[in-house]
Amino acid sequence: MRIALLSSMTLVVQMAIFGGLAAAPAAAGEQSFEQVERGKALVDAGDCVACHTQDQNKPFAGGRPIKTPFGTLYSPNITPDRETGIGAWSDDDFYRAMHEGVAPDGARLYPAFPYPYFTKMRHDDVLAIRAYLNTLQPISNSRPKNELQWPLNHRVFMRGWDLLFFTPGTFAPNPNKSDEWNRGAYLVEGPGHCGGCHTPKNFLGAEKAAETLDGGNLQNWFAPNITNNQHLGVGSWTPDEIAEYLKTGRNVHSGAAALMSEVVRDSTSKMSDADLHAIAVYLKDVNGKSKSPPSSVDQSSNDTGRLIYADSCSACHRSNGTGLPHMFPPLAKNANVQSSDPTTVIRVILQGTRTAVTDSRPTASSMPSYDWKLSDKEVAAVATYVRNAWNNAAPTVTADEVKSLRKQLEAATP
Amino acid sequence: MARKLPSVDVVLVGFGWTAAMLGQELTDAGLKVLALERGTWRDTSTDFAVTFAQDELRYYYRRALFQEPAQETLTFRNSANETALPMRELGSFLPASGVGGAGIHWNGQYWRFLPSDFVARTHNIERYGAGAFPDTMSIQDWGVTYDDLEPYYDKFERLCGISGKAGNIKGAIQTGGNPFEGARSRDYPNPPMEMTYGPTLFAEAARQIGYKPFACASANMSRAYTNPLGVTLGQCSYCGFCEKYGCGNYSKASPQTTILPVLMRKPNFELRTGSEVIRINQDKNNKRATGVTYVTEQGEEFEQPAEIVIMCAFILHNAHLLLTSGIGTPYDPQTGQGAIGKNYAYQIVSSVDVFFDDKIINPFVGAGALGMAIDEFNGDNFDHTGLGFIGGGYIALWNTNGRPIETHPVPKGTPKWGGKFKKAVAENYLKTATIATHGSVMSHRANHLDLDPTYRDIHGRPLMRMTFDYTDNEHKMSDYLTDRATDVAKAMKAREFHAKKREGHYSIVPYQTTHNTGGAIMGSDPKSSALNRYLQSWDLHNLFVMGASAFPQNPGYNPTGTIGALTYWAADAIRNQYLKSPGPLVQA
Amino acid sequence: MAHFDVNRRRLLSAGVAIGTVAVSGQPINARSITGGIPWEPDQAAAPPVALPHAPPPALFFTDQERAFIDAAVSRLIPQDDLGGGAKEAGVTFFLDRQLAGSYGKARTWYMQGPWSEGTPSQGNQSRLTPAQTYRAAIKAIDSYCQKTFSNKTFAQLAEKQQDDVLTDLENGKIELEGVKSKSFFKAFLQNTLEGFFSDPIYGGNRDMVGWKLIGFPGARYDYRDYVSKHGAKLALSPVGLKIIPQD
Repeated sequence: MRIALLSSMTLVVQMAIFGGLAAAPAAAGEQSFEQVERGKALVDAGDCVACHTQDQNKPFAGGRPIKTPFGTLYSPNITPDRETGIGAWSDDDFYRAMHEGVAPDGARLYPAFPYPYFTKMRHDDVLAIRAYLNTLQPISNSRPKNELQWPLNHRVFMRGWDLLFFTPGTFAPNPNKSDEWNRGAYLVEGPGHCGGCHTPKNFLGAEKAAETLDGGNLQNWFAPNITNNQHLGVGSWTPDEIAEYLKTGRNVHSGAAALMSEVVRDSTSKMSDADLHAIAVYLKDVNGKSKSPPSSVDQSSNDTGRLIYADSCSACHRSNGTGLPHMFPPLAKNANVQSSDPTTVIRVILQGTRTAVTDSRPTASSMPSYDWKLSDKEVAAVATYVRNAWNNAAPTVTADEVKSLRKQLEAATP
Repeated sequence: MARKLPSVDVVLVGFGWTAAMLGQELTDAGLKVLALERGTWRDTSTDFAVTFAQDELRYYYRRALFQEPAQETLTFRNSANETALPMRELGSFLPASGVGGAGIHWNGQYWRFLPSDFVARTHNIERYGAGAFPDTMSIQDWGVTYDDLEPYYDKFERLCGISGKAGNIKGAIQTGGNPFEGARSRDYPNPPMEMTYGPTLFAEAARQIGYKPFACASANMSRAYTNPLGVTLGQCSYCGFCEKYGCGNYSKASPQTTILPVLMRKPNFELRTGSEVIRINQDKNNKRATGVTYVTEQGEEFEQPAEIVIMCAFILHNAHLLLTSGIGTPYDPQTGQGAIGKNYAYQIVSSVDVFFDDKIINPFVGAGALGMAIDEFNGDNFDHTGLGFIGGGYIALWNTNGRPIETHPVPKGTPKWGGKFKKAVAENYLKTATIATHGSVMSHRANHLDLDPTYRDIHGRPLMRMTFDYTDNEHKMSDYLTDRATDVAKAMKAREFHAKKREGHYSIVPYQTTHNTGGAIMGSDPKSSALNRYLQSWDLHNLFVMGASAFPQNPGYNPTGTIGALTYWAADAIRNQYLKSPGPLVQA
Repeated sequence: MAHFDVNRRRLLSAGVAIGTVAVSGQPINARSITGGIPWEPDQAAAPPVALPHAPPPALFFTDQERAFIDAAVSRLIPQDDLGGGAKEAGVTFFLDRQLAGSYGKARTWYMQGPWSEGTPSQGNQSRLTPAQTYRAAIKAIDSYCQKTFSNKTFAQLAEKQQDDVLTDLENGKIELEGVKSKSFFKAFLQNTLEGFFSDPIYGGNRDMVGWKLIGFPGARYDYRDYVSKHGAKLALSPVGLKIIPQD
């Protein structure tokens, strides 16, 4: 069925969805240049450099520790080095790794490498990525051994995981949607692997099927809902605002901080305006689990929270919560602030944060840390306040939640 | 033995305002630029965040952002009759240490000098005759005019988002601005700050007695602003912890809030902190600087070669470094020969406290450059005939703070402690405002900088010695300003006021201003100045010296605006003239 | 003649694949910084917090010295109908901590010789640190009091006598062994004001008694809502760096 659909579309349309340039296939030399360029764009979209780089003088040479709930993995070297990188792999080896999550020797890869998303990529796109990676400087770099908890330190267990949670399969465009929508869907579900952070996982680290992009908790952060939910997601953002956020790290509603600021820096700020707009169009059409927003918790007796806010927060975020768009994110009507999971809100108050910095928005304004200044009770009070003032609505934050996150953060600090 | 490092195109000594501006300009020109800063990295959320910047003890009284005399200081005496002794604690002026320099803790008070200020010598002689001032007054023309600098003042204003109202646009006097200012091409990039009560009362009274008050131009943002580099500043929140403190919410212009976010990202720029330049190295035969020698906090010494050396380290360090590096001829006050260390000047300030019974001033709602001023008595804006002095200053009611350790005014005659003192403090704190005068200091032959014969720094170099006192000219002028300020105080119809004239010798003990000037002055003649009109050393053509060290004397306005303009002016000369044809830009 | 390789390509080549900031070298100073503004979470240089409310073991003052300080600061800023004075504000505790710390040790001052008297314009030329100055001054003042007032230490004198002694110190009328009375008094008064009005985290200004006396709202940071309220009684209760506001 899928194949029939694909072949019924013209080459032009296919290229529009999967990315590409002129209508006619190019001549051999131009095709290899075009292929490398297309591969680079996909590598940017996939943010491969972030996980596959530990030493910034050795890009893509691997060795970065990836912390998972099951232990720490170290990313492999994907430069063309023959001994320590993937230089000796065939194109089929590479495709199989991306599409099926299996290494050339048959060993299963761990889904910290997001092959459940990369499986959606078309074969020629995967080869384009390979072509781009082949142009990189080969760097000799061996990674440390993985430190996973038993039994996951045995790759054979991934077979069972894959059986339960993974089906390889290339992206199938939806004929009822526009080319732009399909391009956005391809990017989000495929190379962008947004669900890797933004979709909640079950206890074995697999996506919860019915909650795609509803928000996910990882590494002591909460990656917010990015469906079209008005209250919790990007429902109130225009497609242009979403694209602006991805390109510059900021828009009138919010600023990309922490892990997302790295994504902006290394990945989305490098993508084309057309691709970013396509992602935006798609996200605006993703229906989150329809939840009616909670009622706002009455703040008239939360003197502590209100007064801390006036004293310690309003100098940047303003007494009416409107902040300074593009610099100090507004808290009023802020979806991130109102997430049902308050981890990000608490963490940002405790440790501070900095919005993404790009050439178009270079201001490096940061929020300072409050962990030394406020007790657990005080953090909980002001967090509850900002989540419910100005017609915001979100569950109360408790002192215990703050205490517990403080403990986890301390444990995580080397 | 100093380890020699790979050469760079430009080395900047120090990393405050002028270095940040030049770093930005010269990296744009494609040069590889290295900045060496003695102090530490500083930024808002780590060093003076909204969560702890409001700390009087730490930042002002324990000097957290300032230079430590233990690391660097100078010796001081009023005149050559005395032995200079070390300034063991900071007092009169507050130099900084660390990235951003005093650009972090300045008030943000922004002014342009008057056109006549740049030709003070010629102008005063023309107007008042050959006897306008005594021979011992060594004032000089600058070698550059207000008109030369006008576009660069404008550029600095746009960098900083200066909030104010122009008084003279292309010759047309504007209501609400300073009618005495030099003609400017356009208005400020931001409107003036909204005034609190104290400055408003001052302006009403000043108007009543026939003066033309105007909002002081301010580097505290009256509204959010994005500058031409794409860097955004927030709106000032009137926190009252501005001057002597870092701004916690990005609303005071500083290198951190206007330039560094862009400059630090450039691939051809590097900053090394904890790296103190202790010598400018030179090749005397070819009249060139070859680079600098610097010492790290760990005590390692490095030689850093460079094609161009630019000194950006605050006037006191610039003069000291020139002297200890043996560049140029040290000034001899006896003969008047030599230019390094010559024409050191400062500022003379006084104030009038105004005590109300019926008006609540709320001094703690304040900002460093929040105020209303009158300029009738600055420069040569008024006829000095028969007054016995030249120069002048502005008179302003600033509402910068109500920080209680620093600001607890009491009426004249109140004891300094005890029950009556306590009551007076409680009664007057909320209801008092202070008018300030900010006067010029002319250069005098005896006021100079040289090297101390006795005291040494941690590197074993002689400390710089400052010989400085006010003369009759300054005292007469300042008393005159204080009297004029008193006139306005009277018209404010308060319960009482207390005029505090500046009396006696200059003392380094009480804080006054950090407006030290001179020591490496600019001019048209290499015999009487250290730098040419482009701030290029007459002695080494690839050495440029930024900052107020270039001022031949100090007019009656805060210096930062003019320092900014001169820096952009020099940057232009380096980019468009020097790079194309390295060598002296002015033939002596 | 210098030649400038004005190389625009340098500007265009990003150098590294990731636009991260490179900071090399020692943690705090002597670092090379390239590529952007450095930033790490949780790095606020928070102020040191003294512990005002535990019964303070003295770090610096002896019992006799503390008795002097208690008595003297009570005269400098007395308790009265307006509220607590310096003693109630915990100024003694504040001074104890300051003199035991880097201020007491004159850590940031230029403390090299040779030593000379100097003119008033030349400022403090004492070879004693503040800690040494207080030690010497208190000892000398008590000694003076015992000689002058029937063997009573300063703390044992009547209030009027204490005021007289302080006035004489202020005016340089008492010769103290090893210390200039005028300079000591000036520093002592200044430090007392610091203890009365600084943020409570330093141990003084207990319960913000100093700020409440005058109506200073303390460590707030945003007064924009009040700028236009000319002449208004704002009645903003004070806030400290670690004290949450009350209204």
